[in-house]
Amino acid sequence: MAVAPKRVPLPAILLANDLLDGDVVFASEQSQGALAWTRDPGLALVANDDTAAEQLEAFAVTEFKAQHVVDAYLVDVSIENGVAVPRHYRERMKTLGPSNRPDLGKQAGDGIQAERRG
Amino acid sequence: MYRYDEFDERFVRERVAQFSDQVSRRLDGSLTEDEFKPLRLKNGVYLQLHAYMLRIAVPYGTLNGRQLRQLALIGERFDRGYGHFTTRQNLQFNWPKLRDVPEILGLLADVEMHCIQTSGNCIRNVTADHFAGVAQDEIEDPRPTAELIRQWSSLHPEFSYLPRKFKIAVTGAEADRAVTKAHDIGLRLRRHPHTHEVCYEVSVGGGLGRTPMIGKVVRDYLPKADLLAFLEAIMRVYNLEGRRDNKYKARVKILVHETGTEEFIRRVEEEFAQLDGPSINADPEEVARIAAYFAPPTYEALPAVSRTLDAMKAANPAFARWVEVNTTPHKAPGYTALTISLKPVGEAPGDATSEQMRIVADLAEQFSHDELRVTHAQNLVLPHVRQRDLFTIWQRLGEAKLASANIGLITDIISCPGLDYCALATARSIPIAQAIQHRFASDTRQRDIGELNIKISGCINACGHHHVGHIGILGLEKRGIESYQITLGGDASENAAIGEILGPGLAAEDVPDAIERIVNVYLAERNEGESFLANVRRIGLSPFKAAFQEVVHAAA
Repeated sequence: MAVAPKRVPLPAILLANDLLDGDVVFASEQSQGALAWTRDPGLALVANDDTAAEQLEAFAVTEFKAQHVVDAYLVDVSIENGVAVPRHYRERMKTLGPSNRPDLGKQAGDGIQAERRG
Repeated sequence: MYRYDEFDERFVRERVAQFSDQVSRRLDGSLTEDEFKPLRLKNGVYLQLHAYMLRIAVPYGTLNGRQLRQLALIGERFDRGYGHFTTRQNLQFNWPKLRDVPEILGLLADVEMHCIQTSGNCIRNVTADHFAGVAQDEIEDPRPTAELIRQWSSLHPEFSYLPRKFKIAVTGAEADRAVTKAHDIGLRLRRHPHTHEVCYEVSVGGGLGRTPMIGKVVRDYLPKADLLAFLEAIMRVYNLEGRRDNKYKARVKILVHETGTEEFIRRVEEEFAQLDGPSINADPEEVARIAAYFAPPTYEALPAVSRTLDAMKAANPAFARWVEVNTTPHKAPGYTALTISLKPVGEAPGDATSEQMRIVADLAEQFSHDELRVTHAQNLVLPHVRQRDLFTIWQRLGEAKLASANIGLITDIISCPGLDYCALATARSIPIAQAIQHRFASDTRQRDIGELNIKISGCINACGHHHVGHIGILGLEKRGIESYQITLGGDASENAAIGEILGPGLAAEDVPDAIERIVNVYLAERNEGESFLANVRRIGLSPFKAAFQEVVHAAA
C-alpha cells in the first residue's frame, strides 16, 4: 500500500490518483464528517493532528481496496491564505499541472469546474 | 515499410483483447493493483504525476501517413490534442484515461501499431538511424535488422523477465545517429576489410542513467547470418549472471563492467559456441522477406541539384537558411532527407499537436513516398523529398509553426518531460529548455555558434541523454529546491563520450547565464571552423570551469 510507514509532518492532506481516470484527487470532508474524493485541491481536508491523519490513512486503505484510487499518500502542507499548499515542489505540481502548460491540469480547472457544477 | 503478416496482426489483436479483459478484472477487483501494474506496463501504460501516460512504440522510428494521422486522432479524441516524441523514437500521450486505453490499443492495431516493448524488463523497442535507407554514408539499411530483432524478441519466452530493461540500437552508416554506444547492445553494419562482406560490429554494455558507460565492442565482424544466435548468447549470459538483487546494478553495463570486457566476451563466445546456431538464426528466406519491405521507393531520375530549388533559395534567404540547416544529402540524385524541427523556440521539445501531426502526415503522403521518421533527438524526418518540392513543403510547415531552421543548433534541445509530467523526475526539464531557447533565439547568433547539442534530463535516469550532450543538464533536488548540474564534452556520435561535471549545481534561473558563459568561452577561444565540441576537446575543461565559477559566485 502506498501510505508511507513513517508519517509526514503535519498538517497534511491525502492525495491519490483516480484508478479509472488517473487524475489527482484529494480526500475532503462531506456532510456528517464522511470522507470523499474531490478534484479540487482547495477542498482538501487538512489533518492537523494524529487522529485526523489516522482517519485519512484509514480512508486511503479502504479506497485503495475498493478499486477507487491508486498511489494514495499523505502530503505535508503549509497553509497559505487559508489554502493548503504542499511544502514540496513535486507535490505542488500535482495540485497544479504542468508548469509549461497553464492551460492544462488543475491550474486550468480540469475536473474541478464539472465537480462544482455537479 | 514493413507490413504486418497474419501472425503480427493476430498477435496485436490478441493483446488488445487481453488488456481489455485485464482492465475489467482490475475494476471488478479480481486483479489487485500489484497484479495489474505489471500487466498495464507491458502495454505501455504508466501512471505519471497528473494522469496515466501511454507510450506507443514506433519501431525503429518509421511511420507512414496513415499511422501518424491515427496518432493525431487518438490525441484529439482521448488526450489533450498533442503528443510527445521521445528520445527512443516513441510517442507518449500524457493524459489518457485507463478506461479508454483498450479502445486506443484497438485504434493502434488498426494501423499496425501497439505499445508492446515500451516498458518492463524486456528487450525494448529497437531504435535505428533516422536516415536509414537514404543517408549517403550508409553501408546498409539497418531497419531489416531492427525488424528481425523485433520479431525475435517480441514475447521471447526466455527474455521476458530480464534483470532489467534492455535497449538495442542499430545503425548502418559511418556516422552514428542512433547513439548505439549508449545502448545495452549497439549494432553497426560495416564491411569486413578483407572479405568486403557486410558484418555487424557488436557493442555491449553502453548506457546512460545512474552509471553512464560507453559500450564495449565484443565482436568486430559478426557474420550477418549469425546475428540472432549471437544476440541469444549475449542475452543468456546477461539473463543468468546479471544482478537481480539491486535494480541500480542490474543493467548489462554493470555486468560487463564487473566481469571485465575480456571475460564477458569469453563467456558470450562460449555460450555462442554451444548454441545450435542454425536452429536460432533466422531463415534466409524470412530475412529476405523482411528486407524486401524496406526496398527503396522508385525514385525519379533527377539532376543532382535542382534549379528550381536554387532559384527559390536565391529569392528567399530564410528558406535558403532552412534548407541549409534542416536537410541532409540523399542517396538518390535530386532528393533530400528533410528534418522537421519539433523545437520551435518556447515550445516543449518533441511535442506536436494533432493538427501538426496531420499536416506532416499529409506532407509525407504527398512528397515523401508516404514515409516519415521519428528521430531520437525528438524531431521528425521526411526521408524522400524531391529538392524541387522543398519550397512548397517549407511554406506548409511554416503555417503550422514547424519551419524552425535549427536542426543540430543550440535551440534544438533534447529534453525529457521532467517533473512537469514524470513521476520519477526530480526537477523540471522543459522550462529549462525553453529558457535557453529564448536566450539563444536569434538566428544569427545560432548560426554563429554552429553545431551544439544541449541535452536535458529531469532525473538521473537520463532519458534526456544529458551525459552525451555537448552540454548536458541534469535536474536534481537539493535541499527541497530544483538544482541543475552542468556537464561538458559529452558526445552521442561514433566518438561517444560521457561529459564531465563543471561544478556545483545551479538554480533554474541561473542556467541560461551559465550556458551563455560557456558558449562565450567557445566563441572567444575557437579556431576558424572549429566546432564547439572540437574546441572543448582541444582547450580542455579549465577555461569553461573558470567561466562557470563566475556564475556560481554571482549566484552565491
